[in-house]
Parts: sequence; structure tokens; C-alpha cells
Amino acid sequence: MESKRRIVNILIHMLLAVLAFIWVLPIIWIVLTSFRAEKGSYVSTFFPKSYTIENYVRLFTNRNVLNFPRMFGNTLVIAVFTCLISTFFVLSVSYCLSRLRFRLRKAYMNMAMILGLFPGFMSMVAVYYILRALGLADGAMIRVALVLVYSATTGLQFTIAKGFFDTIPRSIDEAAIIDGATQWQLFTRITIPLSKPIIVYTVLTSFIAPWIDFIFAKVICRANSDYYTVAIGLWNMLEKEYIHEWYTSFAAGAVCVSIPIAVIFIFLQRYYVEGMAGAVKG
Amino acid sequence: MKTEKITIKNALTHGNAVTKASALVMGIGCIAQKQAVKGIMALILEAAYILFMVNTGLGRLAALPGLGSAEQEKVWNEAKQVYEYTAGDNSLLILLYGIVTLFVTAAFVLLWAVQLRQSYFLQVSLEEGRHIRTFSEDIGELFNSNLHITLMSLPMLGIIVFNIIPLVYMISMAFTSYSKEGNHLILFDWIGFQNFGRVLNLGGNLGRQFWSVLAWTIVWAVVATVLNYILGMMLAMVINRKETKAKAFWRFCFVLSVAVPQFVSLLIMRTMLQQQGAINVILQNMGLIDSPLPFFQNAMWARVTVIVVNLWVGIPYTILQITGILQNIPGELYEAAKMDGAGPVTIFWKITLPYMLFVTMPYLITQFTGNINNFNVIYLLTKGDPTSVGDTAGKTDLLVTWLYKLTVDQQYFNIGAVIGILTFVVLAIVALVTYRNSASYKNEEAFM
Repeated sequence: MESKRRIVNILIHMLLAVLAFIWVLPIIWIVLTSFRAEKGSYVSTFFPKSYTIENYVRLFTNRNVLNFPRMFGNTLVIAVFTCLISTFFVLSVSYCLSRLRFRLRKAYMNMAMILGLFPGFMSMVAVYYILRALGLADGAMIRVALVLVYSATTGLQFTIAKGFFDTIPRSIDEAAIIDGATQWQLFTRITIPLSKPIIVYTVLTSFIAPWIDFIFAKVICRANSDYYTVAIGLWNMLEKEYIHEWYTSFAAGAVCVSIPIAVIFIFLQRYYVEGMAGAVKG
Repeated sequence: MKTEKITIKNALTHGNAVTKASALVMGIGCIAQKQAVKGIMALILEAAYILFMVNTGLGRLAALPGLGSAEQEKVWNEAKQVYEYTAGDNSLLILLYGIVTLFVTAAFVLLWAVQLRQSYFLQVSLEEGRHIRTFSEDIGELFNSNLHITLMSLPMLGIIVFNIIPLVYMISMAFTSYSKEGNHLILFDWIGFQNFGRVLNLGGNLGRQFWSVLAWTIVWAVVATVLNYILGMMLAMVINRKETKAKAFWRFCFVLSVAVPQFVSLLIMRTMLQQQGAINVILQNMGLIDSPLPFFQNAMWARVTVIVVNLWVGIPYTILQITGILQNIPGELYEAAKMDGAGPVTIFWKITLPYMLFVTMPYLITQFTGNINNFNVIYLLTKGDPTSVGDTAGKTDLLVTWLYKLTVDQQYFNIGAVIGILTFVVLAIVALVTYRNSASYKNEEAFM
């Protein structure tokens, strides 16, 4: 009995080791490739024959073909503004739906559910023409357009933050109302200070969005390479005309984008779990 | 006098002279009944609307049924001795401006109703001698009882401009001839339900593609969701077993892949799985295979590949989501089952799975609809390929990726819009049916 259990345990640990290896393999592969000295995407060995940091250097210094530093700057600016607007929208809407009772509250939530069932970028082409009609589809205004595209509809993404606000005990609000607080004061002085986990969560998720979207960015930037974001840049490095020269730099770029996002994510996980668990433990 | 209900009908029948007058001249009722600032604002808005309609709005609405007919033409300019182009009609802009005008009109009607009711409300309040709010009191209420108006106006505006109007615009395109086919990219017309007929007709080329894409989309969504769920749950259970050592390490290995942006990890997978990519090269060097495996070249291989890669992407999410719930399964259930002599397999099928299904049904439905709309995995890995000659849809295309290709690459905007609407219909049916049949909907009480 004891020996049988030991065999089962060994087998299970071996299985886990194999699976973990499969899951980590692509990540190891991309890190190795980013230090690979041989060019091109077709290689005959798993480990590089020789190592170099040239791929990273080129990524941040070669501004002629694919201007990665500029794309990085674009994405950073867009991400900061997107983050500010989205956070305000998400928190406002979630708070109203959670705490206030008004006539169209249910209607709003039903509308959000129905809109959520349409494929996200079905309206992409139409959005482009609206942006053009607003004069936002050319030149430096493309940045404004991208910020709007990423942030304008975030009022529909209230589920998680609303769930969090729902868990803050109402007795706190009632006590404050007896002391003469207005709804605005309840929101800014009581709910917001109690909601650090969900604020951090909202800020970080909305900050990440522009870094990982390539669909809207491609449709809106079109051929204006001056306003490309990081995601389009990485995508282009794998196009036929660039892949041979740029594959290893693509790997370097992928590592550069992934590290901050991975750090944010691991940091975020704590808040995500806390956000799910609720604000004030009773 | 008993308080009348504040409705439009009552305002029009029982309203006093100024209230009735507000039906024509907006804001009069407010101006005459102690709320001058509000009234003046309503009046200004009415003037602005009328000005807008007379200047451009009416013309735009009038053009909507015909969508324009003037073609761009070359005209010989005698004075300058050159050919000049006349600006022809652009149906796309006519349609967009027409829809925007309709939305502006709807907003105006709303404003009209609000000010009319307000005027009647003021009338009743005055008759009963109640306090009438001053303008500064009204502003104060925007931060108290009317806080939702302050906080939600901008988000709502964003949703209308960047979600609802574009959706209406796209939906109306489904009923036009706006397509590269027949060169209707600048001038197009309403053609009713023709496009729907073409897409749904199994006999036609387009219809044949549609039904095969739809079938694959559903197969994909079911298989991907179920496998992700079951395998993810098993893995989570194995990691959480009492005897498993280094739980945190195993969890870290799996969750690491979630932290890498999806488009990066999927693009890496794509290059690794090419004919001369890392996987094939390594397998060949090890002598396991003679010729490269056709991961993306053969339809069956490609379909299995995307499902397997999706497992790689999806299982860590499942582990993240359900580890906590797994630990919450009441211990007594397991104790009782063990007493009755149930083995681990029976316990999984009879206790763990039903419990988990009950608790995570909403999560599963979200996963399922998410998979129907799973653009990233398909587009980044295969772009829908392999594609038969003459088709626009490939063998691994989902409705969403096909929609993307039809609009962005092919510019068959009307067919794309039809596909979008049909995707919505499929999703709505799935969401409705599963919600209604799920145990947690029928019975909101606890499990058991």
C-alpha cells in the first residue's frame, strides 16, 4: 500500500514536470532567441550557437527601418492617457450601478450585456469613418484617436469593479449620511479610499490594453508608420520582408514588452484575488 | 388637489397655458415658473436644433433613403484648360451623417419630453405650494441625489459615439450593396435582405462557406471550452493534492504563460510550428520524423493544432480562476462519498464536477462566448488558413476572423456586416438557452 502510493506520487510529479516544461518551453525559447547571434527564423538547434546582446542594441538604436524607440514612446503616451480616462469611466459607472438607484439602471446593465454579444471589432470600420469625420484620422491626431478607441467604451466594463463595490457594507454609507455627507462625498471620501485593490487593478489593466492590441491600432494607423504602436511594430518584424533580418530583434522586443507586463501581472494577481474577495472583511 | 402623475399625457391634457406652450417653445414653462436658467438652456438648445436641421439635417435625412446618386465626373474646365473632377456623392458619408442626424433628433425628442414634464412638475408643485429648487440647488443635487448624471454622462457619451452609432452604422450596411464586388465602394444602395439570402443559401458559394465556418466555429467553441475546463480542473486538483510537493513552483510555471501578452506568445508559437520552425527541426534532428509535420498546411492538422495551442493558452486561466473554488467544496461531501466506498474517479464525476459546474456556470458561458469570438488564437496562428482556392474563408476561420478578413482584406463590407449580425444571433441564442437551463439560474439557492 505504502509503496503503491509512492509510485503514484512519483508518476504525478513526473507528469507535472513534463507539463511544466511544455508550458515554459516557448518562453525559454524566446529568451534564448533574443540573445541568438545567427540571423533568421529557421534554425537547426534549440540552443544558439553563439550569444550576443546586439539584438537589443539594434532594437533601440536602429531608427531607420522600424523605429522601435518611437513606437515605444507612442505606446507609452497613449497608455498613460487611456489609463486616466478608463479608470475614471470604470470607477464612476461601477459606483453608480452598485450604490445609486436610478431609473435607467437596469436598462443600462441590459444594454451593456447586449452590446457585449456583438463581435468587438464588427464596428471597427465604422469607428474609423467616425474618427475621420471628426478629423482625428491623420497626423498627430491619430494618437488622440487611439486613446479614444481604447478608453471611450470602457463604461461597459463595470462587472468586476461593481462586484467589488457591492461588498463594501452599506452601514458605512448610512453612518456618513446621518453625519450629513452628500453622495459625492461618499464616493470620494469613503468608497474610493476603501477601494485601493480595485483601483490598482483598473489602472493596470487599462494601462496594458494599448500594449497588446494590434487590431484597432492597425486599422487606425494604416500606413502612418510614425504613429505605430509597439504591437504593430512587433507584428511587422515577422512580415516576409523583415523576418530574416529582424526575427531575433522581434524576440528581444517581445522580451522587453513582456517583462513589464509580467511584473505588473504578478503584482496584480494579489489585488485581483483581493478585489474578488471584497473590501471590508466582516 | 391630489397630485397628478407627472407624465407627458397629463402635461398635455391637464397642463396650464405655459406648460402647453412648452410643447412648442421649449423652456417657456420653466422660465415662467421660477426656473429661468434651465428654461433658457432648453430654449437655446431648441434654437440650435432647428438651425442645425434647416442648415444640414433635413438634407441629410432626405438623402438617407436614396444614399446619393451623383457619380464623380470629369468636367472640362474651359477657362483653365484642364479636366476637373466634380465631387460625386459618397454613400458612406451620407449614411453616416444620416444616422448621426437621427441620433441627434432622438436626443432632441428626449430633451423635449424632459422639459415638458419638468414644466408640468413645476406647475403641480406651485399649486401645492412646494419648494421650487433654485439653479444653484440643482447644481448641488448633481453631486448628491443626481450624482449618477454627473458621473455617467461622459461614459455614456463615449459608448454612444464609439459603440452604438458604429454598430447601427454597420448593421445598416448589411442591407446595402456596399462592397468591392460590383465596385460599390463609393456609391451604393439599399438592397433589403438580399445579402442575408446569399449568406444563408446553402446552394451558393458564399452560403456553403458560411455554414461550414459556422459548424467549425461551434465545434471549436465546444471542444475548446470543455477541454480547457476539464483539463484545467484536473491539473488544478493534481497541483493541490496533499501529497504534491512545491505547489507554488508548479503554479508559477503554468501562470507564467498568462503573464506574457497573448499576441507575443501566439506569434512565437506560429514561428515555432512552421515547416522549418523549431519544433519540426528538433524532431527531425532527433530522428523521430522524416518529413516536417504539416501543422498549418493540412486542414485537420491545423484544426487540431489550434485547439492544442489554445489549451496552452487557456489552461493557466482555468487554474487561476477555479483553484479557490475547488478549495471551497465542502469537506463533508468527500467524507461521505469515501465512507460509501467511492474511488477517486467516481468522486470526480459525481461530486467535484457537478459542484464545479453549478458554481462556475456563468464563467463557463463567458468562456464559451469568448471562444466563439476568439480572434487572437486563430488569426495570429493560422490566419484561418489553409484556404481552398476561390474561397474567402479558410478551414480554421471562425465567424469573427472571417468577418475581419471580409471587411479589412476583401472590403466586402455588406457581407461582413451580415456575418457580424449572425454571430450576434448565435451568441444571443447560446447565452439565453444556457442561462435559462443552468441550475444556478433556475434555483438561486445553494448547491444540493
